Amino acid sequence: MARLFAYIVHQEGVADDSAAELVSAAARIDAGQPPVAVVTGWGAELDAVCDSLRDVYKEVWKVAHAALAYPNAELVRQALVRVLPHDCILLVPHAHFGVDLSPGLSIKLDSAYVPDVVDIEGVAGASLKLVRQEFGGQVSAHVRCDISAGAVLNIRPGAYPPAAGAPAGGQVIDKSAGIGELTSRRRYIETIAAETGDVDITRQAVLVSIGRGIGEKDNVAIAEELAEAMGAAVSCSRPVVDAKWLEKSRQVGSSGQTVKPKVYLACGISGSFQHLAGLKGNPYIVAINKNPNAPIFRVADVGIVDDILELLPELTARIREEKSK
Amino acid sequence: MEILVCAKRVPDTSENEISLDSAGTDIERDDLVYSVNEPDNYAVEEALQIVARTGGTVTVATVGGEDDEEILRREMAMGAQQAVLISDEAFAGSDGRGIAAILSAFVRRGKYDLILTGVQADDGAAQVGGMLAAMLDYPFASLVNAIEVLDGGKLKASREIQGGNKEISEIDLPCVLSIQTGINEPRYVGMRGIKQVAARPIPTPDAAELGVDPATVGEAAAKVKRVDYFVPAAGKGAEMLEGDREEIIGTLIELVRAKGGLN
Repeated sequence: MARLFAYIVHQEGVADDSAAELVSAAARIDAGQPPVAVVTGWGAELDAVCDSLRDVYKEVWKVAHAALAYPNAELVRQALVRVLPHDCILLVPHAHFGVDLSPGLSIKLDSAYVPDVVDIEGVAGASLKLVRQEFGGQVSAHVRCDISAGAVLNIRPGAYPPAAGAPAGGQVIDKSAGIGELTSRRRYIETIAAETGDVDITRQAVLVSIGRGIGEKDNVAIAEELAEAMGAAVSCSRPVVDAKWLEKSRQVGSSGQTVKPKVYLACGISGSFQHLAGLKGNPYIVAINKNPNAPIFRVADVGIVDDILELLPELTARIREEKSK
Repeated sequence: MEILVCAKRVPDTSENEISLDSAGTDIERDDLVYSVNEPDNYAVEEALQIVARTGGTVTVATVGGEDDEEILRREMAMGAQQAVLISDEAFAGSDGRGIAAILSAFVRRGKYDLILTGVQADDGAAQVGGMLAAMLDYPFASLVNAIEVLDGGKLKASREIQGGNKEISEIDLPCVLSIQTGINEPRYVGMRGIKQVAARPIPTPDAAELGVDPATVGEAAAKVKRVDYFVPAAGKGAEMLEGDREEIIGTLIELVRAKGGLN
């Protein structure tokens, strides 16, 4: 079995939640081989991350270089190609950085690549059996991956629980000497914080959230009226923002806001994992969708198969009626 | 600027509910409506807007067969000057790496300053652009939601990162970018527009013409293969409210009120 590595995403000296999840994922490939954490960065922040990882990893490879102070995937890829054994199996969290890093890394390592893995079923010889989702999560697929020359596997955040058990008591090994000069034709300039909108959806107890099923801009008023009747605010999923029907500040998801309401009405939202990643605090989820196969029904508490354009106005009218009694 | 956009024809999930066939190992393909992968329209629109400012041409390419010609016509109707159908029986069953290898052979034959792809397609893999860039040794950026053309063969590109934040970088041409949805508003294409480009020739280079060794692509060379489709066990799943709408609404109001959802 090839050696197992986990790429650690971190920010401001703190490892991402995925760091402990990748230990659990690695155990599904080879339970007898603890994975090695590989951490790139620079300075005190890198040292703090490496130190914190000693609780969950037996071995932590520290890759320090001034050029890696900001995680520019182009530079990180170069460093990893020089540090990692090319036939290794590397696990990477499938978020914006992993999407930037991994496809090209698999080419440079001459390894197989499987993106957005949601489950690992096991190894038979040089073949790894994995589970992915397609069509926005409407169906799943078994995938076989030839790992004889190594593999880069992007693992969906949250697909595995964080590793539990006794502290690993790991040691940090400095692998910086092998990196050499790093250059890139893509240069990081700055990060621009998201714009804030008129309503802060992260502070709302009740959200009426709309997706592609709202159909057109004029129909947004249907959701606004329901929200008003309920004493709630309107939020949305990505397609609504892409179509410019609502401001970006109203978007729930990994590339939008993280919300923690008590009650969440998902109206015409299919329920992609990127959307669900923005939903925290275990809210009571009501899903209304025309498509009975919509993945949102797998995570909702209550589901209704119906057209929101017909159901929501009736719901609004009934709530108003009861309130006026 | 010479821009290449790589596009893909996929089942249109806004038109279709995807479900399993009777054997339970593949998706039900009868009556599926296909269209261009939606994010690819954003990539084509972005290319057209750049060319409108800087001059140059937009070429759209796909790897596939006769059926895929319709999406190339659609993107030409949007305004792309040229389209190419890269086609060979040896390409069937290629994994992402195989598709990237075929595209890289095509790119090496031409001279493109900028290569765009949609952020991802029906399989949610988001892989071909990054692989293509690595094969060509071009810089790459994913999830791009704004592009500004700078002097001196460079772009300023914004990537969408967590929480709606934007990561701004400068990137040298030639490069490969994967375009996030929402970057622009893709223009409407009507039947009339598609008819107007119906007679435009679409070259169909094959493996021999591109110098692709058939042994390195296609199903036999694929390291990653889909075995089957399935629907996962529901887990806890939602309690489904059934009956007539009035009844459902009554139940729903009670449930939501009990959870503090009516204020």
